[in-house]
Amino acid sequence: MAGILVFVEQREGQIRKASLEALSEGRRLFQSKGLPVAAVLVGANVQALAASLGEWGAEQVFVADQPDLALYSPEAYAQAVAAAVTQAEPEAVFLAATALGRDLSGRLAAKLRVGCLPDVTALQWEGSTLQAVRPVYSGKALATVHGGQSRPVVVSLRPNVFAADKQPVNPQVVALPTVAVGGGYRVREVVAAQAGELDVAEAEIIVSGGRGLRAPENFSLIRQLAEALGAAVGASRAVVDAGWIDHAHQVGQTGKVVSPTLYVACGISGAIQHLAGMSSSKVIVAINKDPEAPIFKVADYGVVGDLFQVLPALTEEIKKLKS
Amino acid sequence: MRVGVLVTYVPDTASTIKVGPSGRAIDETGIKWIISPYDEYAVEEAIKLKESRGAEVVYFTYGPERDQQVLRECFARGGDRGVHVLGTGAAFGDAFAIAQILAAALQKAGPFDLIFAGVKGVGSDQGLVGAMVAELLEIPHVAAVTKLEYREGGITAWREIEGGQEVVELKCPCLITAQKGLNEPRYPSLKGIMAAKKMPVETWKVADLGLDEGALAGATCRWVSLALPPAKAAGKILNGEQDPQGAARELARLLREEAKVI
Ligand SMILES: Cc1cc2nc3c(=O)[nH]c(=O)nc-3n(C[C@H](O)[C@H](O)[C@H](O)COP(=O)(O)OP(=O)(O)OC[C@H]3O[C@@H](n4cnc5c(N)ncnc54)[C@H](O)[C@@H]3O)c2cc1C
Ligand SMILES: Nc1ncnc2c1ncn2[C@@H]1O[C@H](COP(=O)(O)O)[C@@H](O)[C@H]1O
Repeated sequence: MAGILVFVEQREGQIRKASLEALSEGRRLFQSKGLPVAAVLVGANVQALAASLGEWGAEQVFVADQPDLALYSPEAYAQAVAAAVTQAEPEAVFLAATALGRDLSGRLAAKLRVGCLPDVTALQWEGSTLQAVRPVYSGKALATVHGGQSRPVVVSLRPNVFAADKQPVNPQVVALPTVAVGGGYRVREVVAAQAGELDVAEAEIIVSGGRGLRAPENFSLIRQLAEALGAAVGASRAVVDAGWIDHAHQVGQTGKVVSPTLYVACGISGAIQHLAGMSSSKVIVAINKDPEAPIFKVADYGVVGDLFQVLPALTEEIKKLKS
Repeated sequence: MRVGVLVTYVPDTASTIKVGPSGRAIDETGIKWIISPYDEYAVEEAIKLKESRGAEVVYFTYGPERDQQVLRECFARGGDRGVHVLGTGAAFGDAFAIAQILAAALQKAGPFDLIFAGVKGVGSDQGLVGAMVAELLEIPHVAAVTKLEYREGGITAWREIEGGQEVVELKCPCLITAQKGLNEPRYPSLKGIMAAKKMPVETWKVADLGLDEGALAGATCRWVSLALPPAKAAGKILNGEQDPQGAARELARLLREEAKVI
């Protein structure tokens, strides 16, 4: 049986943590069977990053390094990864289920004419078949899935679920043939969100606010706690629709699906569509004045009380702990 | 200008999910079906193009008998034609099987200048079919679009990425997956609902597309079993009404010493 190929995402020369999680999980699964572990890097001036992937156990690193691959384009990136697949002939291709990874996985799977298991939260061997668990119906059910007869199976792994751990080897770096980038897709501009703002999809800790905040200016209470915790700011749809905060912050079925280590929901009732986005968080804290609010059903810790009193006090306590 | 829209019928997002007798799919009794929320943005964008540029709008759905209704719900908002690729729904959950069926249908009814899909089908939660269809049709696609501008022969799309936005230019034909924010989907009008009943739905069999549904279904992704998530143990609830300060202190302590997350 063949080994694993992990697509490692980088942005501006920075490797994404979620990709290291995918690489680590790929290594754990395939090394246990004595199978080879390879990675593929795509971008401009990424050659230097290739060697660093050896730290995480990549024995072979395929590199597509071209100026016109600096920014993501689905077709060009799929071509580059497909070229690595041709050389490595893996059993599976793993990607981090980031915005880029999820999009690329579909394009790549169709190009290879194989199946794709998206946004999985657990992986295991069932004999010689890789089986995955993925939340479906917004996390209301868990499906156990595999890639049928097709090989390699493309799998995207939900960020923050699998552990990233080092296991240094000396990697062999292999340059991939030049990819012909078509003219049908061109990134004109990348607009960064407000400087210093953490994205909820990647954050380890998220503090979210809902309609219980009563007015947009009260989001400052959420921001202060988030700052004390080094957390990203999330929101329910109710406050996004009301225009209090940008949609990029929305957590839930029609927002982002997150699984941070700690999720703090403040003045959020816990509607099923909100739970859909955050119920796989490791530790959930709810702050709500209504003891019957459904959010308490999924909370590991809860405070029944007025957020206007509890939040400032909590921010102070956290600052004390951290100093 | 011709615009194709991929729409799918999914359980209402508030539905209670139970595992069905097969152990591999949900129990569909009592489920209310709705247009997948992201597909609503796709539908709205297409109808706006019909209104502003006289585009012809053709809806496509693949699925069992009841899915014909999703086309009627689209017609109630606007649009010209609807194609229902009637299947057993056996390919559900196998994005590549579905993409092959839809790509073949689009080809048969095509060509299209623009194709819209949802960024993700609610329920299947895959976010794959759009990109796969584009690859099969050998056209570019852009995912998670929150704003669109139309130019001669192409589009400019604003798409959400982590920590920001990308502005992308594409040539037509291309495929766009709709993200929340793209527009405000309209409600169907009463007149629209009445008119929708009379709109012709074309029903095609998978075999008419030269494909074998049985062979496709589950070939590239198989649901082995479906289970409900394990029930969560009751959490520790602190009373912050009398003594918010004390509750905050205790919470901070628990997060550090017990949960070890801060
Ligand atoms: C198709 C569809 C998709 C959806 N997608 C999403 C989604 O992605 N994300 C999402 O979040 N929602 C989504 N929703 C909306 C969802 O159903 C809820 O309407 C929404 O989550 C409610 O937001 P909320 O909890 O902020 O507001 P509310 O439900 O109004 O809750 C406010 C809470 O604040 C508490 N509160 C009030 N004052 C205080 C106080 N002083 N101190 C402490 N607590 C207080 C109240 O007790 C209450 O529990 C979707 C709905 C549909 C139909
Ligand atoms: N059975 C189907 N019929 C028509 N369109 C579909 C079907 N399944 C998925 N789609 C389209 O593909 C999008 C993404 O679906 P998915 O990959 O399942 O998350 C949906 O929002 C629809 O636009």
